Amino acid sequence: MNEVRRVISVLVENESSVLSRISGLFAGRAYNIETLTVAPIPNSNHSHITIATKGDEKTLEQITKQLHKLIPVYKVIEHNQMVEKEMVLIKFPIEQNLADIQVLCSAYNGGIVNVGEEMIIGMVADEPFRVKHFIEASKRYNPIEVVRGGVVAIER
Amino acid sequence: MKMKGAQMVCEALIAEGVKTVFGYPGGAIMNVYDEIYKQDGFEHILNRHEQASVHAADGYARASGEVGVAMVTSGPGFTNAVTGLATAYMDSIPMVVISGQVPLSLIGTDGFQEIDAIGISRPCTKHNFLVRELSDLPRILKEAFHIARSGRPGPVLVDIPKDITAEIGEFVYPDRINIPSYNPTVKGNKRQIEKAINAIVKAKKPLLYIGGGAVLSNASDLIREFAQTTQIPAVETLMARGVMGAKNPLLLGMLGMHGNYASNMAMSETDLIISLGARFDDRVTGKLSEFAKYAKIIHIDIDPANIGKLVNVDYPIVGDVSNVLTKLINGINGKVNPEAYSDWREVLERYDALHPQSYEDSNKVLKPQWIIERLGELLGEEAIITSDVGQHQMWTAQHYPFDRPRQWINSGGLGTMGFGFPASLGVKKAKPEKTVVNITGDGSILMNIQELVTAAEYKIPVINIILNNHFLGMVRQWQTFFYEERYSETDLSFQPNFKALTEACGGVGYDVSTKKEFDEALKDAIEKDKVAFINVQVARFENVLPMVPANGALYNMMLPTKNIEAKETK
Repeated sequence: MNEVRRVISVLVENESSVLSRISGLFAGRAYNIETLTVAPIPNSNHSHITIATKGDEKTLEQITKQLHKLIPVYKVIEHNQMVEKEMVLIKFPIEQNLADIQVLCSAYNGGIVNVGEEMIIGMVADEPFRVKHFIEASKRYNPIEVVRGGVVAIER
Repeated sequence: MKMKGAQMVCEALIAEGVKTVFGYPGGAIMNVYDEIYKQDGFEHILNRHEQASVHAADGYARASGEVGVAMVTSGPGFTNAVTGLATAYMDSIPMVVISGQVPLSLIGTDGFQEIDAIGISRPCTKHNFLVRELSDLPRILKEAFHIARSGRPGPVLVDIPKDITAEIGEFVYPDRINIPSYNPTVKGNKRQIEKAINAIVKAKKPLLYIGGGAVLSNASDLIREFAQTTQIPAVETLMARGVMGAKNPLLLGMLGMHGNYASNMAMSETDLIISLGARFDDRVTGKLSEFAKYAKIIHIDIDPANIGKLVNVDYPIVGDVSNVLTKLINGINGKVNPEAYSDWREVLERYDALHPQSYEDSNKVLKPQWIIERLGELLGEEAIITSDVGQHQMWTAQHYPFDRPRQWINSGGLGTMGFGFPASLGVKKAKPEKTVVNITGDGSILMNIQELVTAAEYKIPVINIILNNHFLGMVRQWQTFFYEERYSETDLSFQPNFKALTEACGGVGYDVSTKKEFDEALKDAIEKDKVAFINVQVARFENVLPMVPANGALYNMMLPTKNIEAKETK
């Protein structure tokens, strides 16, 4: 069957074991997790978990249903029309051209966020495929370290 | 009222109407046991292993329909309970297990008898709680019982650190539940039900496919009424034996891997499956691509995740079987002509006549199937039958005339050897007026044999019948069929003297190798009213048939009349 990518938002009760319930569900039932992010929702005792996953239609349907079954889960949103963003931080050696890196980051809606004695840190927050392109493009500046965040999404 | 956390646990159990708790004390749960000593609201049964405590609570729940309760200590006490939790989870049995935990300050330090009970039990409980504040304890206990028994039932673990049970606080047991994120759908969607009715009216070969959910939902009377009104034939899964009643002419029998010919053929030829609390388990469907190829499917299930999980469903209805069936009966009234399916029923009757559930009896050696049939003749509707897991379980499901739901209690989903005996203790505590018989094998029984002591101490007179073939029979059967008779580690010729062992523990034992001896032993065991072991020497190489090889097509059965030389289907 055809595998498709899907971003799912899960609104949960903000309690200590809730993340392990969700990650454990994915592991135990052999579902894929591409990325997973979690943060509390301001002024509430809920958290927002965003999961990017892959699977055939049947598996994706099961993922949604199994997530629903977890007691602390309020709501499961399978994103369809969404704005989706991902963040990445890249560390470059100080010897690289600062201006070039600045321009590159700007091209991907980012910028240089830190310059120290030995390194330059650039940051980009954009759609996942653009982040991927940015990482590709940054390779010519010999990046020392690349840290990607997971995706967050909001329904349009 | 101010009291210790430990006393709150007891008060909550009493408030929930708990009569019997099965358990085993230890360091982290001692505060609670101290309060158990002081109270007289419920009885505590000391099993001789935590696994047995949980199975006993499970048996209690299955027989009574109420929430079973078990109590264990931290660390090994809890890990011993895990098999019991998983067993109940797979069969959706309502249960609350309370475990002790090391004090809050020690959690995460690898303290003595510390283990992450919440982490371990997450995939084998419906939900679990670690109590972090005494003030949460009453609410958590209330929620645990509610979650265990509502929606699709299941076991719930409440893990309580020792300092919480020692602390004193105000106890008010809540009378309301407020879990905004938990709201199971009980009522079936009206539109969907109407569509299902239309599908039934149009069908030419409809079939009721009844699963364990029908038992959990107490839907037996409604199902019988629905079948009677519409004259639609029915098949039962292993977990649903008794729902239709053995004498019901509309019941074809059990389907699946060891189902009878007519049931499996009915499933293969039906044009409309009406699934009532069943979940299309692999032991039922066989090879999915060959399963019920001509059928539309109405799937009624309280758990939406069961619907569309394995087979594509045409008419999904999320809801409690009883609730949906009541509407289905009202809606279909007068719309279906019972004569409409008479051709279909005739076909199925012919199938049944062609290959009835049968075996070849012998004068030389006792056949296990004969024992089950004889037991059925002698005890019939009166007894509650539990079983372990293996050939004896399948023979019982095939040959015992189960007449009502909750009369047949076994571990279907997880297939836990060692379940039967401790479960039978719970059954007998729940239904003391019934004769309780545990059918077991010489493999399974040794997995919780220590419960002989529990049964003798508390005078719980369950009768165990060991169908003893000196083999790990079901595995041996697969080795015969699929592994060229290489009997790797399945020969159980070396075994204890079961009669002497029983008597050493305070029960009565019988060695039986003829029909006459069996009748006499059973009669005597019932009269003696003590825990009994009837050790029956049965034919060593008897196989459970029919059999659909794993992942084979349901209509491709190995039948008793045919030469049995099959290869496992890939």
